Amino acid sequence: MTATIDRPRTGAPAPLRPGRPPRRPIDRLRDVLTSPKSGPVLVTAVLFVAVFIVGGVRYNGFFSGQVLLNLFVDNSYLIVLAVGMTFVILTGGIDLSVGAVVALSTMIAASLLQTGWSPGVVIPLILVLTSVLGLLVGLMIHVFKVQPFIATLAAMFLARGLCYVISKDSISITEPTFVALAVTRIPLGGGLSITPSVVIALAVVIVAVWVLGFTRFGRTVYAIGGSEQSGILMGLPVARTKVIVYVVSGFCSGLAGVLFSFYTLSGYPLTAVGTELDAIAAVVIGGTLLTGGYGFVLGSVLGGLVLGVIQTIITFEGTLSSWWTKIFIGALLLVFIILQKVLTARRR
Amino acid sequence: MTEPVVEMSAISISFPGVKALDDVSFRMFPGEVHSLMGENGAGKSTLIKALTGVYQIDSGSIVVDGESVSFTGPAAAQAAGIATVYQEVNLLPNLSVAENILLGREPRRFGSIDGRAMRRRAAELLDGLNLDIDPGSLLGSHSLAVQQLVAIARAIDVDAKVLILDEPTSSLDADEVAELFRVIRSLRDSGVAILFVSHFLDQIYEITDRLTVLRNGRLVGEYLTEELLRIDLVQKMIGKELTVLDEIGRKAHSADAEGAAADRPADFVRAEGLGRTGAIEPFDLVIGEGEVIGLAGLLGSGRTELARILGGIDRADSGTLSIGGTGRGTGGTGRGGAGGGSGRGGRGGSKLRTPRQAISRRIAYSSEDRRGEGIIDELTVRDNIVLALQADRGWFRPIPKKRQEELAQSYIQALNIRPANPDALVRNLSGGNQQKVLLARWLAIAPRLLILDEPTRGIDIGAKAEIQKLVYTLAENGMSVVFISAELEEVLRLSHRVAVLRDRRLVADIENDGLTVDALLALIADGSVAEEGGVPDAPTAGSGPGAGRASDPDSTTAPAPLETSGDRR
Repeated sequence: MTATIDRPRTGAPAPLRPGRPPRRPIDRLRDVLTSPKSGPVLVTAVLFVAVFIVGGVRYNGFFSGQVLLNLFVDNSYLIVLAVGMTFVILTGGIDLSVGAVVALSTMIAASLLQTGWSPGVVIPLILVLTSVLGLLVGLMIHVFKVQPFIATLAAMFLARGLCYVISKDSISITEPTFVALAVTRIPLGGGLSITPSVVIALAVVIVAVWVLGFTRFGRTVYAIGGSEQSGILMGLPVARTKVIVYVVSGFCSGLAGVLFSFYTLSGYPLTAVGTELDAIAAVVIGGTLLTGGYGFVLGSVLGGLVLGVIQTIITFEGTLSSWWTKIFIGALLLVFIILQKVLTARRR
Repeated sequence: MTEPVVEMSAISISFPGVKALDDVSFRMFPGEVHSLMGENGAGKSTLIKALTGVYQIDSGSIVVDGESVSFTGPAAAQAAGIATVYQEVNLLPNLSVAENILLGREPRRFGSIDGRAMRRRAAELLDGLNLDIDPGSLLGSHSLAVQQLVAIARAIDVDAKVLILDEPTSSLDADEVAELFRVIRSLRDSGVAILFVSHFLDQIYEITDRLTVLRNGRLVGEYLTEELLRIDLVQKMIGKELTVLDEIGRKAHSADAEGAAADRPADFVRAEGLGRTGAIEPFDLVIGEGEVIGLAGLLGSGRTELARILGGIDRADSGTLSIGGTGRGTGGTGRGGAGGGSGRGGRGGSKLRTPRQAISRRIAYSSEDRRGEGIIDELTVRDNIVLALQADRGWFRPIPKKRQEELAQSYIQALNIRPANPDALVRNLSGGNQQKVLLARWLAIAPRLLILDEPTRGIDIGAKAEIQKLVYTLAENGMSVVFISAELEEVLRLSHRVAVLRDRRLVADIENDGLTVDALLALIADGSVAEEGGVPDAPTAGSGPGAGRASDPDSTTAPAPLETSGDRR
């Protein structure tokens, strides 16, 4: 216990537990891989590349830039949802309402556009409404100390019910701006193209990365996940942050709903059932700990892409039922949760 | 003397059913180290939490630096210049060291947190504390001692006028304590008022200038440390004489004299080569009926690990454990009684796999982690007491309400649990009373072997004496006891035999026959010293098969100070 290592500074008493013994690169690599912070994300990245290569080897035409870009095109709404969910899960919470809120957003969009509202009004209105819903959920969780699971479950039923209040049937969207946004392809050269939705999703991702990594609000989100009690004792604005996180998630669900309506050009009460679980899966596969405190937005994006690439492979396979996607996702989730357990147990 | 930087006058705080603070006044001057003394439940932590804004005061006033304040929360107290380092280091293991120091005050550039400036600032602060760690590393990857210093670095950075250190030394070794004291002194010299709370009297006398003593939520007085004799301090804290302890000491030792002369009691437990990889090396240990075995060793020496294997909490991966007889040893067989004399063989020649199996063999293990693995906070005293017995009976044979009530009442009386109300929530009891509830829980299953891991840690002297007395009485009545404590005096006072652990190995197993603290310390520090020094002819006459294995002189461990060697009262 008293063993100490000399260090260059002269005259000073020996330091406590010298923290930086010389490290071999292999040790450092092992450290990174077994850290609860970065380990799961790296594993997901490797997994994504591996799955993509397997697809490329198996199927003709898989190895193209457009297939990769289509992952973003088809999953832009999921990426946005996963970003919002990341905020919530980082604090140790959960948001089950996002799928229903997506459906509600498509319904509001479709019905208001049908009655002749301008998209310039409809889209901001949706974002405000879903943010307010998030605010209510956050307040319910904070003020009345309701479990996030229960509070967001209530919001989920509320949103899904409101869909049916608007209409029982599918409403198609024929408004020209929406249709234009849906079919526009932004060329990237070399025959590659993306949709405006992808641009929006990526913008959301960039903002989220900045907020979580480089603002006091973002760091407080991590702090709450680490230990809410400590955060309070350290004088951080825990209460405010906890509420805002659900506003962020509500906003992201609304935006995801708008992107989803670009994608489907309709509003339907039964749409996006179970999407909240896809978002949670993306976040967990992306390496965010369900107990909060560890994780990255980029991990969640990667998680969403892994889900997408599995779907793409199943499509390329052709003969497999699309339910195989669910089976793969289930297996992956299991693996990742066990992985997280192992990594965090090792650190304790 | 200058103006006080903190002046709390006539503070009262009540919780449901308890008056935690009653008209207490407290002041601190700049540039002094002040200690708040009192038993558990005296109101120390309540007073601190009032000063740090965690609790709101019911009446009274707080003046900080000449301004009357009323804190709405910890953030407000911090803004007023009051920084706190809590005992259980309230930092965030998932963030970097630098972030933990500067969270909430991060340097910013263009609205973004400036990571580089933050790490630089953190490195400066850590340097000031002589702490050489990477500010970018995760806090959770560092030892508790380092985390404690990081918490102090955070406090220094807020330019605190008042720094509160709540039990900062409880998990530090002697070197780390010295380092901490160096930091405290330099802070004091720069004019910070430091509130240093500790159970260790030696440390109090080493570092503090002034003491405020509380008892039962009331102020006893404020004293200059150098003018208050230790014995007076202890008396002021507990408000009663210390004779109880002396009495036990005498009794135990006289019993020892008999014990050494008599034949060894029948074995109750015999462990042969029992061990668990990574936790404790294989060990042999024999525990006789009515025998008290003290386990002595540093924190992390394997004393808890050994106890956990005996208690069936962790599974041994080598060796065998034989447990004599499985019938209910309801006591009264007397020391060396014939009750389950079939020590060897018996019905168990195996290892315990679960605590349940241990319980069914009438072995009870009371964990050192009272809150985490002991009491169930939100249950009543009664529910906590009947828990083990109910588990043993199985959940489909509930203990009748009436029987539960009888059990609870009888143990509340026998162990003097206060408040004497079976319906009180255990959460609201003091540490000593919670420990008694735990004891009651295990006594309710009528154990034949009771394993107590640090039963007296962090509880007040009165309750400590009662628990020691109880252990003594139980052993008199034939119960075997394994007793772990960091306080060697206590181990020596109670044990018939002492097993010494070092570096996850059982290194000595000796009769407690005139054994001294110094001799024990030598054994704990390094086995080879024992041969030349203090141990009075280690393998005493009449010692049993397990005795007299002071061993392993090849160890090269440097003598390490016992973490609580200073805790003499």
